[in-house]
Amino acid sequence: MSAVLEIAGLQKTYRSRKGSRKALDGFDMVVESGQVHGFLGPNGSGKTTTLRTLLGLIKPNGGRMTILGREVPQALPEVAGSVGAIVESPQFFGNFSAHDTLSLLADAGGVDQARVFEVLELVGLRDRAKDRVKTYSLGMKQRLAVASALLKNPTLLILDEPANGLDPGGIREMRTLMRNLAESGMTVVLSSHILGEIQLICDSVTIISAGRRVAAGSVAEVLARHATSSVRVRVEAVTELSASAGALREIGAQVVIEPDHLMVSGIAQPSAITRALAARGVYVSELAPVSVDLESVFLELTGTAPVAGEHRQVDQSAMVPAAPVNGGWGQ
Amino acid sequence: MSLYKAETRRLTKRRFTRFFVLGTVLLLAAIVAGMFFSNQQVTPETRASAAAAAEAEYQEALRYAAEEKTRCEAAPTASPQPCDQLYQPSRDDYQAQWHMPATFDFREQFGAMVTTLAALLAVMAFVIGASFVGAEWHSGGMMNLLLWRPQRLKVLGTKLGALLVALTALTVLVSAAWTGLFALVASMRGTLDGMTSGAWQSYALMELRGLGLVVFAGAIGFGLASLGRHTAMALGAALGAVIVFQFGLGTVLALAKVKFLEAYLVPVWTQAWMDKSVEITDYDSCNYSGTEGCVPDTLTITWPMAGGVLVAVLVLIVGASMWTMRSRDIT
Repeated sequence: MSAVLEIAGLQKTYRSRKGSRKALDGFDMVVESGQVHGFLGPNGSGKTTTLRTLLGLIKPNGGRMTILGREVPQALPEVAGSVGAIVESPQFFGNFSAHDTLSLLADAGGVDQARVFEVLELVGLRDRAKDRVKTYSLGMKQRLAVASALLKNPTLLILDEPANGLDPGGIREMRTLMRNLAESGMTVVLSSHILGEIQLICDSVTIISAGRRVAAGSVAEVLARHATSSVRVRVEAVTELSASAGALREIGAQVVIEPDHLMVSGIAQPSAITRALAARGVYVSELAPVSVDLESVFLELTGTAPVAGEHRQVDQSAMVPAAPVNGGWGQ
Repeated sequence: MSLYKAETRRLTKRRFTRFFVLGTVLLLAAIVAGMFFSNQQVTPETRASAAAAAEAEYQEALRYAAEEKTRCEAAPTASPQPCDQLYQPSRDDYQAQWHMPATFDFREQFGAMVTTLAALLAVMAFVIGASFVGAEWHSGGMMNLLLWRPQRLKVLGTKLGALLVALTALTVLVSAAWTGLFALVASMRGTLDGMTSGAWQSYALMELRGLGLVVFAGAIGFGLASLGRHTAMALGAALGAVIVFQFGLGTVLALAKVKFLEAYLVPVWTQAWMDKSVEITDYDSCNYSGTEGCVPDTLTITWPMAGGVLVAVLVLIVGASMWTMRSRDIT
């Protein structure tokens, strides 16, 4: 597979009278052809800055970027016809209808007007195409934004929070649409906060925190890299938790006592747990391996897991050294 | 060409553009109607009626003067002045022309109408130009467009070009209608006497300068709104310019007794542009002449001088908007 999008060492510093802030600090990203690639990061981590920089809206302070093998922003006018994108919340002129909006974009980009009807049908706006955009719900505007990105029938589709404002049915439709587009050969880069969705539809992910890449690779690889062999153990009586923890520590396990269960790790075979507890006359009511999901990996890597009694601020995320996961430029 | 076509469509599809053009056209129609109904054609009957009215007034004045003289001679001591020095009306004090109805003399009065037309169309062009790009920035439409055509200067330049071509077409059409309608008003409610080919040519050139003023106003509105990324920026700047450069600067210069203070104010320059020249007089100065007595200093502002100032302002503002478009981050 060839890389459709490559970013290496991207840097962007915003300067204002209040001082300077590094939005991107040597960020790397590689997206292979034909994949649905998830782009994850907490608020203020640099996701939108990355996408805006990639699309020529922001000038970087350093680094290299290519789209479809061409260096951008220099070659952006040539590759723009193959890139469909929505960045941040969808914004359209409220007094135009969806049809007018797309028709004007089609004119500006030299796209056949027949394509306007195709994409309106594709995103489910056919029957509301003549209504003014200002009468649309957020979800409908989101559909229109996706339609505008699809209008060029792009090779690379970049969508920033496409499920934002969609109802559950809409989210599922969007998921199916993304998969169908990827199956038709389109590469899709998807930025989202709905990690369950990303895990369901993405082939690979890049996680960004504080302007740096903290994880990248296929979803399975990222999960495997951060998987733990923890086991959740419940016993018949909560009063026996403390004694049970002691018994398990004696056989070399690491134990965390939770209010109604134990989290046990460092044990090769779960049967050792039942054997050790039964020997003390304690009987196990639940023994379940804890599977790691993208959300827990995300929270761990970005340091954004909620802590009781603390109020995390927007820019408060993990300062993790840039990880050379799956290499950087050209790898 | 596709971008130009799209921008022309976008401009003409906007409700704001349509309403503002319609409002301006209705206002212009009201002026034509007002001129039509407030003027009358001069006929032998109106001339005779005016002569009769003047004669009646003269006779009434003579009668009143005679009564005054009789009263004075009856009691000379009660009169504030000698009886032979009382006012005696003359025939010249009661001219028939003062009783003539208003009549539209095309050669004499159409110049003021051309200036009125240019001023109204310039205001319209300024607001439409500001709104055309200001609303695009504010609604996010500009960002969408740049995702499609990542050529900033080309996008802004094409937008400005589409605006100016549309304004030119509208001004030419309206000016032709304006000239035709006032020629009709003159033929029905006044006179076209003295309209030689030279006079027609002079008015055609004046309308051409009016077109220049409209294009200038449209480009300035566009440039200011693009600099501030909002329609209100242009309107605020215009309001600020009126307050600072007209009232504020005018008052300060008057207090400082600056020579030719009108030369620092905008209306004189627009008047010079439209009327070919304006002479400003400094009544505080005196150049003694044996034949003419005290002759004050004068400054003549010609239309090429005014044109130079307009071009300089145009280059400054549109150039600044292009420069910021090229260099700024679009967030």
